[in-house]
Order: sequence, then structure tokens, then C-alpha cells
Amino acid sequence: MPVPGGAKLRETRLTRSPADPDRAAARAAARSQRRTSYTVEAVRHVSFDVPHGTVLGVVGSNGAGKSTLMRTLAGILPPTEGRVVVEGRVSTLLALGVGFNRKLSGRENVILGGLAAGLSRDAMEAKYEEIVAFAELEEIMDLPMRTYSSGQFGRLAFAVAVTMEPDVLLIDEALSVGDARFRRKSTRKMKQLCREDRTVVLVSHALGTIKDLCDQAIWLDQGELKLWDDAETVVDAYTSFLDVDQDALALEDV
Amino acid sequence: MSTAAPSPLRQPERQVFEKQVVGLPPLREYLRNAWDRREFAVELSRTKLRSQHFDTAFGQLWLVLNPLLLAGVYFVLVDILRSGEHPKGFFAHLVIGIFAYYYISGAMRDGVKSVTGGSRLILNQSFPRVLLPLSSVITAWKRFVPTLLIYVPVHVLSGLPITFGLLWVVPIFVLMTLMAAGFTMLTAAIQVYFRDLSSFLPYLLRIGLYASPVLYFASDVPHGYEWLLYVNPFGQVLAAWGDVLHTGTAPPAVSLAVGAAWSIGILIVGSLVFMSRERDFAVRL
Repeated sequence: MPVPGGAKLRETRLTRSPADPDRAAARAAARSQRRTSYTVEAVRHVSFDVPHGTVLGVVGSNGAGKSTLMRTLAGILPPTEGRVVVEGRVSTLLALGVGFNRKLSGRENVILGGLAAGLSRDAMEAKYEEIVAFAELEEIMDLPMRTYSSGQFGRLAFAVAVTMEPDVLLIDEALSVGDARFRRKSTRKMKQLCREDRTVVLVSHALGTIKDLCDQAIWLDQGELKLWDDAETVVDAYTSFLDVDQDALALEDV
Repeated sequence: MSTAAPSPLRQPERQVFEKQVVGLPPLREYLRNAWDRREFAVELSRTKLRSQHFDTAFGQLWLVLNPLLLAGVYFVLVDILRSGEHPKGFFAHLVIGIFAYYYISGAMRDGVKSVTGGSRLILNQSFPRVLLPLSSVITAWKRFVPTLLIYVPVHVLSGLPITFGLLWVVPIFVLMTLMAAGFTMLTAAIQVYFRDLSSFLPYLLRIGLYASPVLYFASDVPHGYEWLLYVNPFGQVLAAWGDVLHTGTAPPAVSLAVGAAWSIGILIVGSLVFMSRERDFAVRL
């Protein structure tokens, strides 16, 4: 029996065919080319292992496929090709998981998220206190989430993600939220979690944090695995790539 | 801090995700997972109702007033069409028929967007998606129960019989619930692929109402139109429902049998379509 908390990806290809109004512009573009549907090939032929207890950083420009990769690790998006094996439970609350219904209060969203993740009501009530204390949002928890600022939103999401105690913790962009004080607090919490012999997959644009916290890192570029090595090497390679090719990259991000 | 106590999550230790967009998940495990998380469906329905102010006095009042006003409007309409001739207990029949029809159609109206509207949750969390439409059925149920209190005085004042035979409404109500669940799952799944369904649905449901023995008694259907109550999925269930409440005796066996066949059939089709498609939802949202 393998130790819980590892993950393997083999030749994974991930695609999405969205059709919701948010992407109306993309749809119009697709229609003008006389196509009724379109498919985004977000990740192509990516293979890597995350041994138990590793903190893996994921870097790459916007649209490189980082979030899609995370959703596949969480079992949300099925791969179009290939195979993903996860030993143990995954934190299914990615950074954006909380607040799915902005009309409901922060409290209701957190409880609902926990219940959907399979926790009992009692367990979730107990965790709730911990989450609110960490996020320091006691006063606004009973207000509808549409009244939250994006920083408050992110703080709550991060607090939920780090409190759920999964075998594999997925953190997506969460470190870049909140004010300076909360960012310091969340970095400290992340360091503590990483020391706890826990498997963590961390997506972040804060390259210093990746270097600091992660053992290994992967660099995704346009859906392809460009590099998989120790965090230092990957971040250095990525940084030099950014410096050399910054204008081209900036255009790509539009 | 809650570091003690084993985690209540009961997911399998090893999880393998492979290409398998369409096709049924392992049913036993899926249903157990869904049952474990039933509190989520209940809580989702509760918070949604609260956001619609269902928990306030005026919210409750509207809930009861709305179908009652509707029954009033239809009563006047039908009375005019029938040149002022209405059989005994017709108003009671109309009221309870509309309440029952709005129970099923309310679940569908609320549930059709349960998957597309929950995209944020679906894209960020893995759980049995079937809980989303089923939560809409719970909502419809909670809206239906208070309206029964309105019906009781109407029933008594209309001088309709009060017998043990009225208990037949219980199995018929169960059939209506199965049908509501089946239709809600079906429409929620179809909505993912055809986003226009939610705009169409009110018209389909209105046609369904006119084709059901709600605005008229099942026995009043003229020759040559009886087939309508068999082709319309709601037809025989509502015929049995109206008959039991009007006569206070067991419904005709044919109504019960055809109604049960439709209800169970739609439940099976709806749940199979939904479950076999749900892994594809995250890709399409």
C-alpha cells in the first residue's frame, strides 16, 4: 500500500469545451469561422510524479494550463487522454471554490462547501471557527459574499483551503491575496504546512515563495511541460525566460 | 484546533482519473457518496429559500398567496368558459390540482439551472453532482407543504368526503416526487448542452398544465382526447390525485398503474442521463 499523499500523471492531455455566456466573445469568434463549438487544449502530454511529502511548485504564464492541471488533480476535470493517480484525499477546495453563490453569506458558503466535500455538519461547524479566526473576517461572515472585496474573498478561500487537512493540498494563486499583513500570515501558514510532511501542490506567480517553500517545481508553457526539476533550477530558468522574452510574453497574456 | 478525530471523509484512498467522460460511474459507490452528503442538498435548499426570504412572515404569506391567487384566476376563467356552471367541489379540485402541478413544475423550474448556475462550485469541487438538482426537489417540497394547510379548509367547506380513502394521496405524492426528481435531473443535464431549455421550459410546463386534469376533471375529457392523459407524463398521476381527493376512495387502478409507470420511468431515465453525463459537466461549463 503506497503512502497517502503522492500523485502521478502520465501523458495527460486536458481539454475543455465551454459554452457559457462568460465566453460569449470567444463563441462569437468561433461562430464567425463557421464553427459551432470550440475546444481549448489546455494541457498536452504532461507527465510528472509528486512523491509523498513533496512540495511541488507550478509556474507558468497565464493560460499555461496551471489551473486546469489542478482541477484534474482534484478529480473535477476528467483527462481527455492519459492517467492521473492520486493516493489519498485531495483538498477539493481550490482558491476559487468558496463563494460559489454570491447571494449567500460567507458563513453559508463555507458550510456548504464543507458539506459538499463530505464533512459532517458538526465537523464543519468546528472547522468554521478555525477558518474565520484565520481569515480574521468575523464581522462580515454573515453578509452576502457579493459585498466582499476580492481581497476578503481570497482570504476566506485561503483560510478554507488550509484548514481542511487533506492528504494532498492544492493551493492555487492564493498567496497573492490580501494585504501585506495577511500575506505574511499566509506565507507563515504555508511554511508550517510544508514542514508537516504533507504533499502540497502550489500554483503561484510569487517566484520567491516558490523557491522558498517548494522542493520541486514544474514549469508549464502553453500546456506543455517545459521543465521539471528542483524548485531553484526551475524558477531560475523561468526567470531568465521571462527576462529574455518579456515583450513576447506580455503580448501573449492579453 | 481540530487535529484529533479521524477525518469524516470516506473517499477511497487511491483515486485514478482516466478518460471516461460519458458512462455511468460505479453506482453503489456513487450513491453512497451522495447519501453521505445529503446534508449538503438539504442545506443548499435551506439557504436558497432563506435568500428568497422564505423564513420571514411575508415570505411565507407570498408562498401561500401566490398559488391561491392563481387558483382564483383559473377558477374565474374556467367558470366563464363553462358559462357559470361548475360541479360541486370544483374549486377544491382546482386548488389542490394547481398546488400539485406547481410542486412538480416548481422543482423543474428551480432545478433546470442547478448545474449551469452552480458552475463555480462544480469547477472547483468534486462531489456527486446529482445533489444539485435533488436540492431543488427539496426546495419544491418545502414550498408545497404549507400550501396543504390552505387546502384543508377549502376541502372541508366544499363538503367533500373525509375518509380513510384519502390516505391514497400518500403513495400518489410519492409518485409525484419521483417524477419531479426524474424530470429535474433530466432538464438540468440537458440544460448544460442546450442553454435555451430554461427559456423554453415555462412554455412546455404551461402546455403540460393544460393537458393535465387540473383545470377540468379527468372524467370530463371528451371522447377522442382521452389519449392525452396517457401521453402526458403528468396526466394519470394528477388524475389519480384529483380522483382520490374528490371521491375519498381508491383511485382507478389504470390511473395508478400508468402514473406509476411514467413516474418510475422518468426517474430512471432522468437519473441515468444525469449520472452518465455528469463527468462531462465540468468540461462544458
